[in-house]
This record gives sequence, C-alpha cells and structure tokens, in this order.
Amino acid sequence: MIRLQNVSKTFGSGPRAVTALKNINLEVPRGQIHGVIGLSGAGKSTLIRCVNLLERPSTGTVHVDGQELTLLSGEDLNKARHGIGMIFQHFNLLTSRTVFNNVALPLELMGVSRTEIRERVTPLLDLVGLTDKARQYPAQLSGGQKQRVAIARALASRPSVLLCDEATSALDPQTTASILELLQDINRKLNLTILLITHEMEVVKSICHRVSLISDGELVEEANVGDFFTAPRTRLGRHFLNDFLELEPPRALIDRLLDASGEHTHPVVRLGFSGDAVATPLISRLARECGVDVSILQAKVESIQERTLGLMIAELMGDADDTQRAIDYLMAHDLNVEVLGHVQRND
Amino acid sequence: MSSAMINLILEATLETIYMVAISGIIAALAGIPLGVLLYVTRPGQILAQPILQSVLSVVTNIGRSIPFIILLVAIVPFTRLLVGSSIGTMAAAVPLTIAAIPFVARLVEGALNEISPGLVEAAQSMGATPWQIITRVLLPEARGGIYTALTITVVTLISYSAMAGAVGGGGLGDLGIRYGHQRYNETIMLITVVILVVMVQGLQSLGDYLVRRSNHK
Repeated sequence: MIRLQNVSKTFGSGPRAVTALKNINLEVPRGQIHGVIGLSGAGKSTLIRCVNLLERPSTGTVHVDGQELTLLSGEDLNKARHGIGMIFQHFNLLTSRTVFNNVALPLELMGVSRTEIRERVTPLLDLVGLTDKARQYPAQLSGGQKQRVAIARALASRPSVLLCDEATSALDPQTTASILELLQDINRKLNLTILLITHEMEVVKSICHRVSLISDGELVEEANVGDFFTAPRTRLGRHFLNDFLELEPPRALIDRLLDASGEHTHPVVRLGFSGDAVATPLISRLARECGVDVSILQAKVESIQERTLGLMIAELMGDADDTQRAIDYLMAHDLNVEVLGHVQRND
Repeated sequence: MSSAMINLILEATLETIYMVAISGIIAALAGIPLGVLLYVTRPGQILAQPILQSVLSVVTNIGRSIPFIILLVAIVPFTRLLVGSSIGTMAAAVPLTIAAIPFVARLVEGALNEISPGLVEAAQSMGATPWQIITRVLLPEARGGIYTALTITVVTLISYSAMAGAVGGGGLGDLGIRYGHQRYNETIMLITVVILVVMVQGLQSLGDYLVRRSNHK
C-alpha cells in the first residue's frame, strides 16, 4: 500500500525556486498496478522518487505499508527501503558484478549470510528466466535481459512495493511487451503493489489497473484504465489517447475541412464507442432511421483489459436537418461524438 | 664498462625502485581515500559537506600547483622531522609522496566521476549506507579507473625521482645527470634512459593488464 498525502516538492529557494510537485494525493492499494503518465518534465520522476524518499518531499506525508516514511531518516529509512524495490529506465546494474552478484547486492547490504543469499538468488533468476546467465556480466546482456536482472534484484529483499521509473522506455516494443508481462506476472504471483511512471500509453493499457495523469507537477486526472481509455476527462487525457490511437483525420481531409457548416457541406465526426454501443449495429440503423449515409474514413477497435473500445472518423452525408438528427441519435446512444469540421459535398 | 660502473647503475636502479615504491604505496593509501572524500562530500553527493569539500579541494590544488623541485627544498624541515635526515633516498621519498597524494586524489576523483549517478541512486533505493555505497558500489565500479590512476602516478613518480638528486636521493635520473650529462658519458646516459624506458613500459603494461581484467563494461 502506498499513500501520498498533500505531497509538494520545491527545488531551490527564493525567486529561483522551482516547484516540481504540487499537492499530490495518491493512494495505491495492495496488489494494484498504478500508472502515472505525463509528458517529460511534468514531475513524474520526482513523484516516484518521493515514494522511497530518494527525494524528500518539501511538505506532505508518504506512507508505505502503514509506515510513515517521511518521519524516518538514517538507519530506519534504510530499513524501510528494504521493503520497496525500484527499477530504472537505464537499469543501473553494477558493471563490476556478475548477474548473480547484482541480484545478491541488496541481500549483502542487509547482512544476509552467503548460504541464504545463494538460496534466495537462484529462484529469483529462475523467476526472470535468466538462470543460465548467472555468471555473465551485464555488458554481455541485451537491454531486456538487463531489466530482468534489475527486476530480480529489486525483488531480492522481498519488498511489498515495486517502483518502476520509466522501466521500458529504453526498450524496443517487443522487449517492452515481455518486460510488462513479467511485471504483471510478479504482480499476480507475489501480490506486489506496483507504482510505475511512463510516457507511453501502451504501458498503461497493457498492465495498469488505475492511471493518474500528471501535468506541471499536479495530478489532473485519475481513473480506472478502462474509463480513461473510453472517456478521458481532461484535454491532456484526450491528447494522450488520440496520440496513442493514432486516430487523426487523414491529411487530405484536414486540408478540406471547414470550420463552419454551409449549404453544401457535410459534417465530419469522430465517434467513440464503448461498452454496449460496440455490439450495436448503430451505423446501419443511422442510415435507416435518419436517412443519412455514413462514409467511414478511419476506424479502429482496441481492447483495453476486459473492455472494447471503438473509434471512428466518418463523414455524415445528408441534409443539414438529417445529419443533426443523426448526431443527436448517436449521442442518445452514449457515443462520444465530436464534430471535427465540415467538408464540401462532392455532388 | 668497469664493474664499478655496473655497480653504480645497479645501485641507482634500486634507489629509483625504492623511492618510487615507497612514495607510490603511501600516496595510494592516502590519495585514494582523499579522492573518495573529494567526491562524496560534493553538494548533492552521499555525504555532501560543501565547506569541507572546498577546503579539501583548495588544499589538493595547492599541493598540485607547487613545482616539484621547489616542494623538494621547501619541505626540508618537515622531511628531517619525519625521517631524521634531509638528504638521502629516504629523504627524497617524502616530497615524492607529498606531491603524489593530491595527484592520486584528483585522478581517483576523476575515475569516480565516470560512474553513472544512477548506480548510487539504485544502491540508495536498496537502503545502502554511505559506507556501503563507497565500498560496494563506488570503489568496485571505479577499480579500472583507479588502476589507470595509479599507473599514471607511478610513471610520473619515476620521472619526478630524477630530481631527487638535488637532495642526494640518488636514482637513475640523478646518475644520468651527474655522469651522463655533466661528465659527457654517453654510455651511462644511454643505459639509464634505456632502463627507465623499460621500467615505464613494464609498469604501463602491468597497469593496462589490471585495467583490462577489472573492466566488464
């Protein structure tokens, strides 16, 4: 369990002070995977570093597993950190140690005996699928393998919480998928609470249960991942979603798009479906009931966890009255309708 | 060449080895911790102590800016206090050591600079104490760089030791100056130079080997 209450962080002082985090409230229940997504410079890194006090919050409190970390320092803080694993974008493995000894490091720091270290490291290497690499050095491994070593190392002290700082940002898409799968796997097997920061929607979509959106040091939106992908509430949320879905009108259409409707124009709309609407044959009903033809310019169906999400860009062809009726009809069926503009009729 | 000459060369070689070995070992024992201290006391580092850091840094710079030949004479009273005499091989080892300590410290600090700050952060996230970070992360990760630093130091000490003749320290450089240069004995000059070249080559090869062996990057 992680709980951040009214956490703010300011770097420097006086007129040159920079506020990195503003009044952050965040709660991640045990066993949940929570993603924080934001653009670079939004404060993601500072936020995750405040959880294990690599950055000490200027104000506010941090609780992990019921313990108020912000009250601790020195030896007590170090002890509490044994309960919080962390992995990084650039893996941060020691080049001078073999894979085995990298995973053993946190145990050495805790003063665990040699025999026990051997007993604990071996199953961890097995868990991340690197048993045969135990005696190799990080330089001999691929990026994905290095992150696997880092995950094994982060789990060595048997933490209840894992912090992931852009853990897949330096990896290619295929490797990213396999690392995310591993994180999901350990989340289920060990009931591990995971807080991750990322700028990739793919990461949020694949493994997160809940997501927070950070902008300019503030959490501006928080939602279940299914809800966020169907109906983001903020502009930034919509920006992330559209970027991710790559559902922008084609270039040629944008050039023809007019802001205002005229006598000889058709509206171009972006439709978002979710839940029941996906299964309903709305487009053909639209044609029948409103007398409007629908020309589909782009369409996409995404499956986000257990939910299906459909997105479409379409031109509604008909008289002004009919097309307006069609838009009302779609809205009445819980579709997310956005009029992107109008195009001249071809006839 | 007479056997007296051969003896002279042998003796000078041993004196050089003796001076360089003593000053090299002590400089390493003092310079490595000083280098670590210069690094870890910087602002933002694990044992940030900005004032102490500035003081150490200034002292180190002073040590490095005094020309060796001046240092050699300037610290004569200190040398006498330490080894009981201001002349001889042992007396020459004192200023050599004093000159080499800040030299080693700066090079070690440079080697530590090469370590990614992310490694220290990772160790902190595991609950490592500053001492554990120094002994289990910083020093092992900088091992190759430290070997390089010590190799450069020892080679530099060999060249500095040529000035030890000024306080009767002897050694190959001194032999080369007194017999080779001042008495126009080209054979002696050539031999001392060849021995010095072989020494430097050997040490450099040893250093390179150690760096290679400890480098897993």
